[in-house]
Amino acid sequence: MLILRKFLRDIPAVLGLAIVALAILIAFFGDPLIVDGAQAVIPDLRSRLQPPSWEHPFGTDNLGRDIFTRVVMGTGGALTVSTTVVAAAMAIGVPLGLIAGYTNGFASEAVMRVTDVFLAVPQLILAIALAQVLGRGLEAAVVALAATYWPFFTRTVYAETRRVRTLLFVEALEGLGAKRLRILAMHVLPNVAAPIIVRATIGMGFIILTSAVLGFLGVGATPPDPDWGLAISEGRNYMPGAWWMTTFPGLAILALVLGFNLLGDGMRDLVDPRLRRSR
Amino acid sequence: MALFIVRRVLMIVPILLGLLLLAFGMLRLAPGDPAAAIAGDNATPEQIAAIREDLGLDRHVIVQFADYAWNAAQGDFGVSAYSNRAVGLDIAQRLPATLELTFAALAIAAVGGIVIGALSGAWYNSTFDHFVRVVTVLGLATASFWFAIMLQLVFALDLGLLPLRGRLPAGMEVPPDITGFLLIDSLIAGRLDAFGATLSHLALPAITIAFGGLATVARFTRSSVIEAMHSEYAAYETAVGYPRRRVLFPFALKNALVTPVTQVGLLFGAFVSNAVAVEAVFDWPGLGSYLVQAIFAADYTAVLAVTLVIGFVYGVVNIVVDVVHGLLDPRVAERM
Repeated sequence: MLILRKFLRDIPAVLGLAIVALAILIAFFGDPLIVDGAQAVIPDLRSRLQPPSWEHPFGTDNLGRDIFTRVVMGTGGALTVSTTVVAAAMAIGVPLGLIAGYTNGFASEAVMRVTDVFLAVPQLILAIALAQVLGRGLEAAVVALAATYWPFFTRTVYAETRRVRTLLFVEALEGLGAKRLRILAMHVLPNVAAPIIVRATIGMGFIILTSAVLGFLGVGATPPDPDWGLAISEGRNYMPGAWWMTTFPGLAILALVLGFNLLGDGMRDLVDPRLRRSR
Repeated sequence: MALFIVRRVLMIVPILLGLLLLAFGMLRLAPGDPAAAIAGDNATPEQIAAIREDLGLDRHVIVQFADYAWNAAQGDFGVSAYSNRAVGLDIAQRLPATLELTFAALAIAAVGGIVIGALSGAWYNSTFDHFVRVVTVLGLATASFWFAIMLQLVFALDLGLLPLRGRLPAGMEVPPDITGFLLIDSLIAGRLDAFGATLSHLALPAITIAFGGLATVARFTRSSVIEAMHSEYAAYETAVGYPRRRVLFPFALKNALVTPVTQVGLLFGAFVSNAVAVEAVFDWPGLGSYLVQAIFAADYTAVLAVTLVIGFVYGVVNIVVDVVHGLLDPRVAERM
């Protein structure tokens, strides 16, 4: 419980956890917050482009839809996209990193060289190109993001596995004749889990930002999806009059990414005190 | 050390090859038959086949790849099916604008980040330090394209202090193109009006791109300055009676700068990719807005060519950073 007490003393990390928890709550139980479910989807031109008011806390967009409602609805979307991408990237990247880190020889070399190539291009650029080629839309964007994010996990897991591989208990297991799969899954993986979790948490924030860029550029979510990035791009056409159309979805991105970043930083401090940022 | 440098520089070969494979693979993955697209709706199958032969699409995949790689190495990325122009020429024309923007952002991030980080590290836990930490945390969580729009709203549209978009005011005569960097070209031409206009147009996009990077540099500088200020030599200097600013500058800062300097190099890649959306917001006539146009036109040739060029620039910069890091800190070179 020492670790929990240490975490609770880290105020930014607790704040991050609170933001993330709140976002998850909103995504699952946000319906009562929504002014009127129909208003977010069905255009109502009589109430278009209204500034923030009690009735519409974030104002309304060019089609008269309530922006607060759409931001709340977008929370679930952002979390779904980032969770899917991070989970898929982990599913590809972690096993590859384990194998490449534990073995020597051609397969290990090949995996790491491919990883190098992916890490040698800015992920965003690669994801844009891939999403474009796969055909625009949210599914294509998710696939493109996962296909370009796994090398970050491979790199992390590879370095950690290399370290763990030389430890005495692994040698002992090999001496006892344990199967390689068993060693990797039951003994090495738990020992490299902490950096994976940290990477995944920070990755959540990163993917939310990146997928917002994709939505903004038109290779991600498509209308009438209440995607935050897409909403900002729609709002650009109504500047400067309807400043609220671009401002509030951007603040939502900022808040959620901030939450994941603070949480990730806090967890990294727990896992690796050498990197403590508050020092 | 020489061996280390050679090994790092040779790393560009597999990376380049992998990049080309990736781009070529995606080009083949792209939907639609380019030959059919060029031939138009009323073409006969024979006409399409003739165009396929013309384009070399009937050859073996490996031959096609070798051809693609050979042409790309010479800066020929093919002709855009959308604009019918050579993509390589378009890119060459637009690259300087992106580089000018990226370098300006890099300068802001490096200078600002190091100064702010050093001050907040030397006086850590002060009010200033707390303020800096909040701002840097926000900087890392901000979507750059959104920040760009917010700056436009406040500084261009509301206050009218800075121009909204573009590289020069409409109607202003562009100085003769020598380097492609307007700041330099306008000075060569002795056009101070163009220089000032370029600077004011550059301000908002460069600040936007620099913001997140400035946060990174400030963070790294801060923590390594704190570490250096806690070292024994710093304690000695303090005991001798040097004021804190003397301990910081030059003694502690000099030792603390290795990590931030390599960070600045790494930022280059991040900035080039941030530039994509930011250029689109500011109508900056660089590679980023070109990429966005190509996306909207479904112009795969152009999209992949830009990917290739940016990947290449990024890869080269990364290797330069590694080499510089090795020169600054020989322990790194020995480990690799």
